[in-house]
Amino acid sequence: MYAFSRLYQTLDQTTSTNAKVAAMVDYFRDADPRDAAWAVYFLSGRRIKRLVGSSLLRQWLTELSELPGWLVEDTYASVGDMAETIALLLTRAGDSTEQLSLAEWVETRLLPLRGLDADAQRAIVTGWWAGQSYEQCYIVTKLLTGSLRVGVSQVLLARAIAQTAELPRQSILHRLMGEWQATPDFYRALIAEDDGEAALSRPYPFCLAAPLDDAPGLDSADDAQQVASALGSPHDWQAEWKWDGIRSQLVRRQGQTFLWSRGEELIGTRFPEVATAAERLPDGCVLDGEILPWNEAGILPFAQLQRRIGRKTVGRKLLNDVPCVFLAYDLLEQHGEDIRERPMHERRERLETLVAAHGATLAPGAAHTLRVSERVIADDWASLATLRAGSRERLVEGLMLKRRDSPYGTGRQRGLWWKWKIEPHTVDAVMLYAQAGHGRRSNLFTDYTFGVWDGDTLVPFAKAYSGLNNKEIDRLDKWIRRNTLERFGPVRSVKLEQVFELAFEGINRSTRHKSGIAVRFPRIVRWREDLGTGDADTLDDVKRLIEDGGDGADAS
Amino acid sequence: MARPVPLIEATDRGLACAAGGFTIDPWKPVDVSLVTHAHADHARPVAKVTYAAHSSIPLLRKRLGPDLELRGVDWGEPLAFGDTTVSFHPAGHVLGSAQIRVERLVDGPNGERAGETWVFTGDFKRDPDPSCEPFELVTCDTFITEATFALPVYRWQPGEVVAREIFDWWQLMKTSERPAVLFGYSLGKAQRVLAELVRFTDEPVYLHGAVYPLTELYREAGIHMLPTLPIDLADRKVDYRGRLIVAPPGASGSTWMRRFPNASTGFCSGWMRVRGNRRRRGYDRGFVLSDHADWPGLLRTIEQTGATRVLTTHGQSASLVRLLRERGVDAAELTTRYSADDSEADDAAQDAAADTVTAPPSADAPDQTVQP
Repeated sequence: MYAFSRLYQTLDQTTSTNAKVAAMVDYFRDADPRDAAWAVYFLSGRRIKRLVGSSLLRQWLTELSELPGWLVEDTYASVGDMAETIALLLTRAGDSTEQLSLAEWVETRLLPLRGLDADAQRAIVTGWWAGQSYEQCYIVTKLLTGSLRVGVSQVLLARAIAQTAELPRQSILHRLMGEWQATPDFYRALIAEDDGEAALSRPYPFCLAAPLDDAPGLDSADDAQQVASALGSPHDWQAEWKWDGIRSQLVRRQGQTFLWSRGEELIGTRFPEVATAAERLPDGCVLDGEILPWNEAGILPFAQLQRRIGRKTVGRKLLNDVPCVFLAYDLLEQHGEDIRERPMHERRERLETLVAAHGATLAPGAAHTLRVSERVIADDWASLATLRAGSRERLVEGLMLKRRDSPYGTGRQRGLWWKWKIEPHTVDAVMLYAQAGHGRRSNLFTDYTFGVWDGDTLVPFAKAYSGLNNKEIDRLDKWIRRNTLERFGPVRSVKLEQVFELAFEGINRSTRHKSGIAVRFPRIVRWREDLGTGDADTLDDVKRLIEDGGDGADAS
Repeated sequence: MARPVPLIEATDRGLACAAGGFTIDPWKPVDVSLVTHAHADHARPVAKVTYAAHSSIPLLRKRLGPDLELRGVDWGEPLAFGDTTVSFHPAGHVLGSAQIRVERLVDGPNGERAGETWVFTGDFKRDPDPSCEPFELVTCDTFITEATFALPVYRWQPGEVVAREIFDWWQLMKTSERPAVLFGYSLGKAQRVLAELVRFTDEPVYLHGAVYPLTELYREAGIHMLPTLPIDLADRKVDYRGRLIVAPPGASGSTWMRRFPNASTGFCSGWMRVRGNRRRRGYDRGFVLSDHADWPGLLRTIEQTGATRVLTTHGQSASLVRLLRERGVDAAELTTRYSADDSEADDAAQDAAADTVTAPPSADAPDQTVQP
């Protein structure tokens, strides 16, 4: 555990990616495969399910710290992390003498806690707290609460393992995907020379597009002329609508279907109609695409899909109300062969042929469930720009542009794939409430609630957490502290003075919100210090943006 | 029993004492000011006459300009102001930092004269610090205390332990041939680090232009520190790899940093105790070194003063106030403009002269704000 705790500290103490990779390489070189497997497990963001509830931890902390309960709460609210609060309050400086390895900690101490009653758990856990250094107490408690997060991306981790094992990073990334157990055998296979049989279910890393605004030499993605000079001939590009659903990979191997989300979750049981439609796909093929709510009349608003998200199983009624389809974008594997390096236009042709042949074997309804994303054809950028301008009516977010000769890359691609999104809705709104954030934003007011005018009152309509830079956050934090009107637990109401321009992706009616509307992905575009509260928008202004055709579709 | 008019009140100008005709650490124009220490949020050039501890005078002169009328006071020297007697006592925060004791003579119920004593701590700490006078405990009836780090997670390690961490980091940068740029308040924190590091080395340290002249003043006051060199902006040939460079937080992320390619950065502050603060500021290393009292230090000091009434300044002291009340102490928060953020105070130093700005909206509130 000491080695892993040191690794965690080193990763936490540097912002340099090279230093992070070097620290991980050092760790993996010396680590026993049993420990290394768990290290990979945690570094790749996997967690063991919470072993002890947070209310119990608080209770034990309060008892041990001999502080009043409210003061423990105040302290936690300021620190923003329970494990850290425990470590800060209960441990003294100095190293611990304890010698258990990471794997021993997890397998012989942490996991056996499951199923014990609270008293037994208390005796064990509080015993650990007392005897640890700050660093180990923090990590053990983070593991206990299933919330250890380390600041390394999957790609950095793969780089470090690849360097340790002297293998290409791509194979490590691939081997890390999907479901696996943190066993010594897994780790040995991860760094083994010969891949052998790839795990049956394993998807490929997703290829992501960069925003077109980031393209070199482009100031405004709204200027077709500029787009033309930045991207060259439109015939070198494949344009598709940018759909707003759940990006997924459909893996079909040895008679089995695996539907993966980008968050590496298996979601086949949540979308049984997609899993069923995929059953007649040939073995050894992997499709990249999007799950979308779609009935005979066409695409449904995203709010409808939200009714399906998060449900582990789906009832018949919901299945009828909100049928979903898999809209295929790309073909990554065919006849068991990885074809990601083939050019886009070839993969696309293969995809169309494959899905058409598959559709011919199915009943009409089932064929509808597995479809290929339509190509948007135009001879020049101006026509594409015009089509893009109509995105909102089509319930899409804009256009995707993929170079016809592009491979299917790993991670975010600049230059080969661009997303050409439409401008989001924006609204000027007044800050009503502020709350301190968590983690690196603890101790700082970063979570804000905004309102718009309804007559002469301001009704809350959106919460936003991001969009300001650190300097603005600091300045706003100070303003909030000086202009607090009332405190409601961690939430403060503030003087009605600050106006912000908010952007959001979509808007729908809602009976769950006081304002009667729900907005998707609201964020701050800029702090409008030039505006007074009287300049803020009204609820009617906002409602005019609702795009569900007024049929009263509801997100709740 | 009705409470008499408070001896010291937080007004829109500062901590005002009507009976003595002076204001402590004012932020708006006054006739007579008593200044606890030379940090920008406490010392502003707004008074016709300013009294401060002798060892604080050169620092005040440097920061507030040569024209200000400054009067040095000996430690413990009784001064008569109106109906009060005032004295300065070391606060252990930075060189020359003082607590200010104010005593009013009042008529007792039987005609005898009994003293009512108030103490304002300014900023203070209890931990030993080789760069300034040690804290002196002063008993009182009403204790106005800073409460910058008023939560139980804020507990400090001894300065020498943190200095060892800083030294180890510097040596690590030496082996990896990178500059080590350490950020900390240019008055006090920088000199404390330089004085603590004397235990480990005699190698010179490079100083940012804002730190160098203040360090010279510390040296003139007899504080023993590592040898220092100013960073010569014109000389592009200096090799800073493996060197320790000390700079104010405001220099972080500025073009000034371009001089130190591939530098590892560290930040010295009590706020570094909490990981979120460390992460948010984006420094490689956070060193928990503070010139303020930690939580045990605050509680111990409050108890030792014997005060029956405690008023707090500096930000988030609601928890401390509640705890004291639960323990039967009459406690409340005072609204002042003293900053809880070292870097803010430091950045403010650069335009302190212009900073006689409008009071924040909270100054419209009653003099003494009691938070629920």
